[in-house]
Amino acid sequence: MRLELRGVTKRFGDFTANDKIDLIVEPGSVHALLGENGAGKSTLMNVLFGLYDADEGEILVDGEPAGFKGPGDAMAAGIGMVHQHFMLVHPFTVAENVMLGHEEVRGPAKLLDLGNARKRVKEISDRFGFHVDPDAVVEDLSVGAQQRVEIIKALSQRAEILILDEPTAVLTPQETDELLAIVKQLRDSGTAVVLITHKLREVQAVADHITVIRRGKVVGTALPTASQEELASLMVGRDVSMTVDKPEAKPGDVMLEVESLTVLDEFDHPQLRNVSFNVRAGEILAVAGVQGNGQTELTEAILGVVPTAAGTVKLDGEVLTGKKIKDTLMSGIGFVPEDRTEDGLVAGFSIANNLILDIYDQAPYSKGGVLRPSVVVSEAEKNVEQFDVRTTGVHATAGSLSGGNQQKVVLARELSRPLKLLIASQPTRGLDVGSIEFVHKRIVQERDNGAAVIIVSSELDEVVALADRIAVMYHGKIVDIVPPDTDRDTLGLMMAGAHEEDAA
Amino acid sequence: MSDDDKNPTTPDASQDGESSASADGTKKAAESSVLVGGSDDGGDAPTSAVTGESGEGGEPTTRSEDARSMLRQITESSTLVVILAILASLVIGGILIILASEEVRTAAGYFFSRPADTFSAMWDSVSSAYSAMWKGAFFNADADTFAAKVRPFINTLTMATPLIFAGLGLGIGFRAGLFNIGAQGQIIMGATVGAMVGFMWHLPVGLHLLVAILGCILGGAMWGFIPGILKAKTGAHEVITTIMLNYIALNLLAYLLTLDAFQRPDSDNPQTPILDANAQYPHVLGESFPLHLGFFVALLAAWGVWWLMERSTLGFQFRAVGANPSASRTAGMSVSKSTVLVMVIAGGLAGLAGSAQVLGTQPSLTTGIAASIGFDAITVALLGRSRPLGIVFAAILFGGLKASGPALQVQAGLPIDIVLVVQSLIVLFIAAPPLVRFLFRLPTPKHEKEVTV
Repeated sequence: MRLELRGVTKRFGDFTANDKIDLIVEPGSVHALLGENGAGKSTLMNVLFGLYDADEGEILVDGEPAGFKGPGDAMAAGIGMVHQHFMLVHPFTVAENVMLGHEEVRGPAKLLDLGNARKRVKEISDRFGFHVDPDAVVEDLSVGAQQRVEIIKALSQRAEILILDEPTAVLTPQETDELLAIVKQLRDSGTAVVLITHKLREVQAVADHITVIRRGKVVGTALPTASQEELASLMVGRDVSMTVDKPEAKPGDVMLEVESLTVLDEFDHPQLRNVSFNVRAGEILAVAGVQGNGQTELTEAILGVVPTAAGTVKLDGEVLTGKKIKDTLMSGIGFVPEDRTEDGLVAGFSIANNLILDIYDQAPYSKGGVLRPSVVVSEAEKNVEQFDVRTTGVHATAGSLSGGNQQKVVLARELSRPLKLLIASQPTRGLDVGSIEFVHKRIVQERDNGAAVIIVSSELDEVVALADRIAVMYHGKIVDIVPPDTDRDTLGLMMAGAHEEDAA
Repeated sequence: MSDDDKNPTTPDASQDGESSASADGTKKAAESSVLVGGSDDGGDAPTSAVTGESGEGGEPTTRSEDARSMLRQITESSTLVVILAILASLVIGGILIILASEEVRTAAGYFFSRPADTFSAMWDSVSSAYSAMWKGAFFNADADTFAAKVRPFINTLTMATPLIFAGLGLGIGFRAGLFNIGAQGQIIMGATVGAMVGFMWHLPVGLHLLVAILGCILGGAMWGFIPGILKAKTGAHEVITTIMLNYIALNLLAYLLTLDAFQRPDSDNPQTPILDANAQYPHVLGESFPLHLGFFVALLAAWGVWWLMERSTLGFQFRAVGANPSASRTAGMSVSKSTVLVMVIAGGLAGLAGSAQVLGTQPSLTTGIAASIGFDAITVALLGRSRPLGIVFAAILFGGLKASGPALQVQAGLPIDIVLVVQSLIVLFIAAPPLVRFLFRLPTPKHEKEVTV
């Protein structure tokens, strides 16, 4: 099946997310759609999948115009999509999930024909070597296996074109390799695969054709032989340095001491098990790991957002455990939360008010319990300029900003007071390359000012680029702390739980 | 403070309703069910939660539509939507008036021989109804003296007074993310404590009123503190606890009124003695007008609430917690402290609404002391988008609707319930901004600027 998009345009209000996009996907090939976050890749695929209506342009399947009214039409036409966030019913088995929406029935009583669905799961799983048990309950499966269930779902609907939306964001490096192998296999069996990604490594590994999108427009096509630098500059629109310039670290005294820290969730399951480490002043400790292995709990436990079941946290010799969040923050911790829209910003508040969210009751922003709006605004104007927040003004709401600019607001706030420790979780998630460079620069700058820095990131590239030491987490434990020049394969295996000596 | 003015534009005029705050506790059941129903099917409009970025992010951000997001949506809906909601409800109210009118039905019986009769009967019924409302609520041009002409408006302001107080308290709660349905109980408790001070103690002029007002505040604040502390310590949802506390307050009052200490000696009805004159709000326009000092205290309170929410660090904290509790917590604010304080302040303001009743219009405690003010105030707060200035205007509009009821009945021969229907329709439209936007073909708003005042 040959798919062609002709002049597809999609607007949201005055914002043009896709501008006259042409794209041809040939059967039996892997087509990478490369672009930064916010470039319009997902929007395009949602148009293709029938989730959005295109304002202009047409979609051709085998040369015939196809108007998809919804995902159902697209699936019927042979297009399958694996979303970035999986669309699975967790308490259901694999076979039940695969059957979902296309339930087959048998007999006069119209009973569900689960047997048939199980057979199909087994057949597809065996054909591609997925090792997925049709009777396994989805919530018990690893993220990689859940993704394979999604692929089986699409294939069981006889998808001839499979769209994978940022499929590797949630995978370990090893799982990524497995997925890429699957993609190749699918291609060889005649399926067309559209791979949406901003990761150059993957594109180079599997793509047959590359289309680069920037700000909603196709800015060029490339062959997989193109270098990373070439692809990156095409994607960003200027030359980009792929590494972080940072001077040699000059670690000082131990600033943060974490000892035997244990955190339980609401059902008393340990999320963080007996974790101990130190961070020195003027040093960046990057925490690597697949999401959900205790990194979030670690940062939140240091701040005191989640209660600790055991262990202590000491900052500059002072015990933090058991203190109020307010006191912890004021003792010199800057905190950039993982989910900035949920925990970092009040979307309906102005930028100026967001900039004082944790210091609104401190001088000079207030005096005797009374806010000083003029000071708040003038300080905000300074910060907006210094951190290059692109906005119409400090009274604009934080919710109206792009992700990168929101992150700059959070950083500006956290770095506006003297820090002993900066904790930044996923500091560049969803940011464009330009903002990433800026954020990295400010983080390194804070280190060089003598703060201890903890970075949590699920992007291995970021971890390697920033770290002075790397702590790898798995199942709520620190597997090991290794130097930043440890090779990626070793790190990848450690992220899956293997110790360094075993991994190497 | 600017973008908030809403002129209560109601059509024409007839009659002056000399109605005092009637104790009609019956309306509240209908009212409360309307509102509670609203809380569990939140709006399906774009919630304020970061929609600016949905250009790429795949699915548009539709967060969990809980009561909190509905509150946020309502408190951030534009003044235009509010005015159009009022307009739409007056139009639908008009249709209902036509349907309820005896004359229209009679004329419709011979529609095909003289259709004009039907249309003129329709016009007559609607215009007489709305002109009766106007005359009963705002200005009676037909009256002889100036005093009689403005009397309806003075009545309206008097009726608006407790609604302003209670609306302000609820508005603070809404902005702080608390769906407080308990103003009714808080009013009752405030009125009870204030009345006890008023008839049991005998203090000098000035001091007695002050102490009685403080008693009202204390009673209401105490009744607000209970759901506040329950939510902060145990997570018990304020909607449930405040509704239940309303019943407890009402029945507690009914019990107290059976005690000898509370019984008026010369009466068989369950009511307390008249409060000492010293403990009552003085009438500011002379004894012939019901307007009392409480109205000006209410205006002062509106300014105070504005100052609290917009200028004080405490208000900043309330607003932040209301808009995004998890970000506020991460920034070191105490959500539970904010919850308790907000409920106490809201209760205190509701208690002042009780003072407007028991120290003002009805200086003796009965079970009907709170009428349906606690429930009407929810509408007032929503209509005023939880902003003080908006609440003052909304309370005056509602005071007007209330004051016009008797005129409507007498002059236009319509059931007083039409007023209630119009009120409920307003709530319905306010609670569904997308519906109003659809009806009037308005564009979906973008939350570019922070809403203030």
